[in-house]
Amino acid sequence: MTVLRTTSVEETRQMAGAIATLARPGDVILLVGDLGAGKTAFAQGFARAIGVEEQVTSPTFTLVRSYKGKMVLHHLDVYRLEWLHEAEDLGLAELVDDGGVVLIEWGDAVTRVLPNSFLELRFTFVEDDDDHRAIAVRVVGPSWANRAVALATATQKWSAS
Amino acid sequence: MTTILGIETSCDETAAAVVRDGHDVLSSVVSSQVDLHARYGGVVPELASRAHVQLLTPVIAESMVEAGVGENDIDAVAATVGPGLIGSLLVGVAAAKAMALVWGVPFVAVNHLEAHFVAAFLEEPELRPPLVVLLVSGGHTLLVEVKEIGHYRVLGGTIDDAAGEAFDKVARYLGLGYPGGPAIDREAAKGDPEAIRFPRAMLDEGLDFSFSGLKTSVINYVRKHPDVSTVDVCASFQQAVVEVLVAKARRAAREIGAAGMALAGGVAANSQLRTHLLDACEADGLQAFLPSRAMCTDNAAMVGAAAWYRLRDHGPTPLDAGADPNLRIPLTA
Repeated sequence: MTVLRTTSVEETRQMAGAIATLARPGDVILLVGDLGAGKTAFAQGFARAIGVEEQVTSPTFTLVRSYKGKMVLHHLDVYRLEWLHEAEDLGLAELVDDGGVVLIEWGDAVTRVLPNSFLELRFTFVEDDDDHRAIAVRVVGPSWANRAVALATATQKWSAS
Repeated sequence: MTTILGIETSCDETAAAVVRDGHDVLSSVVSSQVDLHARYGGVVPELASRAHVQLLTPVIAESMVEAGVGENDIDAVAATVGPGLIGSLLVGVAAAKAMALVWGVPFVAVNHLEAHFVAAFLEEPELRPPLVVLLVSGGHTLLVEVKEIGHYRVLGGTIDDAAGEAFDKVARYLGLGYPGGPAIDREAAKGDPEAIRFPRAMLDEGLDFSFSGLKTSVINYVRKHPDVSTVDVCASFQQAVVEVLVAKARRAAREIGAAGMALAGGVAANSQLRTHLLDACEADGLQAFLPSRAMCTDNAAMVGAAAWYRLRDHGPTPLDAGADPNLRIPLTA
């Protein structure tokens, strides 16, 4: 497990952009963390890096927002499903098959229905600093394991260790 | 004389109304699911869809009985086709199409956002365009120029969270329950709005909004000051939101030379927003429209009214047109 650190919202966006350079169609990235931890900022930076011109806004109301860049980007917010075990109804498999990249906020609720391979980013506040965040990166499954070295290189700048 | 049955199921309100000629509301029935979703801290889409299926038929029946009309009196059936939750939208759209088909009358697709704009004219027929509408709800934060009904231009919107979403998320963080807007409004009335100086994002630039940073700032403050008075946090947070909303609405009105400003959407029920917008209109010599509480929340009267204008200007909607959860302005329906 690698831990990354960012010191501002814009840096979180840049770090997302670095990860986006490694993204492939069908990837799933889980964004876990409290309110205000930087999940939507990550989605914004990621979208910008894959050429989405549209403004990426919070998906909380409609649960899924989809954008077209060099790849299709699906941005999900499932925090209201945490207590419900109804994540199956989201049609996650269809979104993955759709050939886009899927970013899922509040990812813990959906781990039961995820594909074999995904990347998990866990955002936490760093004590006593408003803008600093620690982002724990966990690679699950072969698809991201094959890219582990490239991932470490791309995110080296933010590596805390 | 055209009598339209309007249906609204875009989120967590199941609503039907009978409206004549775009302004005469014969009935408006709303069944809110707010209690159903309260314990989850927000609308749960799957629960909402199922509740719409159960509630829609009785709600439609009640709207027709209350209006004193039978199926032979209905000249068109309209439904909100977006934006909203896809599962919820589909329930209303399918019902409206089925009735239109069986009764042999036109189906009319209505954009939920346009319905909110038309709501202002429904309650205040004397409103004179050009008008700046500030639409603020859990899903939307938009500044729109209404040149006339059917002609809109988006002047600004949120670049991250909707205003109502910020209320819900801050309320959730503070443990005040759902829906967050009324809870914060209530607590804020007891607190000091100057107690904490939260940031006013993008206050002096353009007509777009950003509420994500404010939300984070509130969370950071409470994290560091666990003993802070909740009522002061609510009052200071609400003050920051209202100040930005009103400042941008004023600037928009100035830029387009508006004759008036109107509020729409769930956050339009916020008491401080209403007072401040009214004061601003008075200071700027603008006509002000504040919707009644019933018109702030989602309802079908505004759908039935908006449908009359759609039908007049664009004719019926084909029955193969679908729902669109991300429908925008300019209107494509």
